Amino acid sequence: MATSSAALAARRTPADRVARAVDRWLLPVYVVGVTAYLILPVAVMILFSFNDPTGRSNLVWRGFSLDAWFNPVGRPGLGEAVRNSLVVAFLATLVATVLGTSIALALTRYQFRGRAATNVLIFLPMATPEIVLGASLLTMFVATADLPLPGGVLFPLNIRTVMIAHIMFCISFVVVTVKARLAHFPRNLEEAAMDLGANEWTTFWKVTFPLILPGIVAGALLAFSLSIDDYVVTAFTSGQTETFPLYIYGSQLRGIPVQVNVIGTIIFGTAVLLVLLTTFWQRRVAAREYGAGE
Amino acid sequence: MRRALRLRAAAPYLLLLPGLLWLVIFYVYPAFQMFLTSLWTGNLDTGYQQTWNWGIYGEAISEYWPWLARSIVYGGLATILAFALGFPLAYAIAFRGGQYKNVLLFLVIAPFFTSFLLRTISWKIILADSGLVLGPLKEIGILPEEFRLLATPAAVIAGITYNFLPFMTLPLYVALEKIDKRLIEAAEDLYAGPWRPQGTVVGVAIGGALGLVVGLVMDYGPFALSIPFAIAGALVGTWLIGQAFIRVTLPLALPGIFAGSLLTFIPAVGDFINAELLGNPQSLMIGNVIQARYLKVTDYPTASALSFVLMLAILIGLFIYARLIGTEELTGASI
Repeated sequence: MATSSAALAARRTPADRVARAVDRWLLPVYVVGVTAYLILPVAVMILFSFNDPTGRSNLVWRGFSLDAWFNPVGRPGLGEAVRNSLVVAFLATLVATVLGTSIALALTRYQFRGRAATNVLIFLPMATPEIVLGASLLTMFVATADLPLPGGVLFPLNIRTVMIAHIMFCISFVVVTVKARLAHFPRNLEEAAMDLGANEWTTFWKVTFPLILPGIVAGALLAFSLSIDDYVVTAFTSGQTETFPLYIYGSQLRGIPVQVNVIGTIIFGTAVLLVLLTTFWQRRVAAREYGAGE
Repeated sequence: MRRALRLRAAAPYLLLLPGLLWLVIFYVYPAFQMFLTSLWTGNLDTGYQQTWNWGIYGEAISEYWPWLARSIVYGGLATILAFALGFPLAYAIAFRGGQYKNVLLFLVIAPFFTSFLLRTISWKIILADSGLVLGPLKEIGILPEEFRLLATPAAVIAGITYNFLPFMTLPLYVALEKIDKRLIEAAEDLYAGPWRPQGTVVGVAIGGALGLVVGLVMDYGPFALSIPFAIAGALVGTWLIGQAFIRVTLPLALPGIFAGSLLTFIPAVGDFINAELLGNPQSLMIGNVIQARYLKVTDYPTASALSFVLMLAILIGLFIYARLIGTEELTGASI
């Protein structure tokens, strides 16, 4: 009895009114502060894409200009680097998405031996620092250079080795994303299709695939964003090939051209747009699926 | 019919094979090759021989242990700071987000859509000696003219904290979001009240200790940060944290805390971009050494040994973690 009345009395002390006020005001202010902290560097990047591009580097504000926007790849090597990044990202995403989706399907719809080992093998690349991923690939590429092969070096460092590396680190992320989607899959729809005479192949393409497509697209988007932004693994596997992140790194020693910020801003805008569109689309598919499941 | 059955049994393996083969050839085998390469002797001009020179591990560790230790300290501090910043954020989004929940989550992941390098370079602009942050503070006279952030350990740790904050916040959010709010109400109905005076004491202790370590690592001396941190800890422990939080919310958020700290600590320990762009030669990390040994000096054996030690340390840590929280939890938590 004594404790309960003490607890009740404690709720009305001035100290607790402070706690209530803090709860109402401090938390929102804090959230605004931390999100501002998260967004600030992005805002700076966008702002500096409108900097006057006459100077050597882009670290000091010199005045508003649209020059860089009218000529976004107007620096030697920049266009080539951006093109390489896009080629690598598209192909790596394509392959990683196919391989990763297959693994996710196997993991969620079948019982088989070796499931635990598969889970560990999927998890490990995500739990290895990027520098170790890049370094170990480089040691393999170097070690195979001396093999007496008719076609010369097995893995000459170029855009192909970059793609190999990017596919490797993207697979796990695709598996995890698609798996999350498959976990809530309405299996009764497939059974209904089979009852109505569809074979497994038809059922997969007419029922399963359309339903898991948003998950696959989400996985592919994640793979694409990881690939196009990767510096560390690429630095170890690229040889003379230059990608956009390598170009940024190389030019930050000499002074970064404003055009880099323009391209960074274009990538940011595209990514935001794509994510918004996919989210909207996923909601529509989810709503339809829910309706169908009724 | 029998053929169909056999196909059925083989189906999971056919689906797994191409992807897993890729991971075995380009993840597992290279890790093994890295181990073999660490036991090479020679250089790029005269060629390398497999000499099984085990001594290289002793040499590499005794020569580079300050870099290794610094990586663990910086990575650990960045993880703790990201937790301190990310937990209230995740809590606010999960419990008070309301209609803004999705917008806030989107803002948390928005930095991912910008190049990691460009974000770090942006910090270089923001933290510059007379930049956005220090300029005004120096103008009013709060900070002395010679005070700087760029090219200090503080900037490196702040940069790492910033870069991996979303990795910490998202798993925390996922765990907190799952908590049944009625459990907290039930705790309050059962007289869970404020946590003082223990909360005040714990707050002072944790805040003071963290401030002490951060202050020492960042070269600000033992007291410059421990006093304000202890005061902040006391305020949080006295007014913000109740018994319901300690007994209900925090234990239920543990899977998110484990996942978030892993996702932050692992990339943080191996990072070398922040140290290179925001630090000075005395604040370089093991990643910088590995990168330079491989790509600038082509001293493959030493670089491979260090890289292998880094990988092994993380795998051992993961193994202990898995023992503590269970493998399914660990591999599943990263979703």
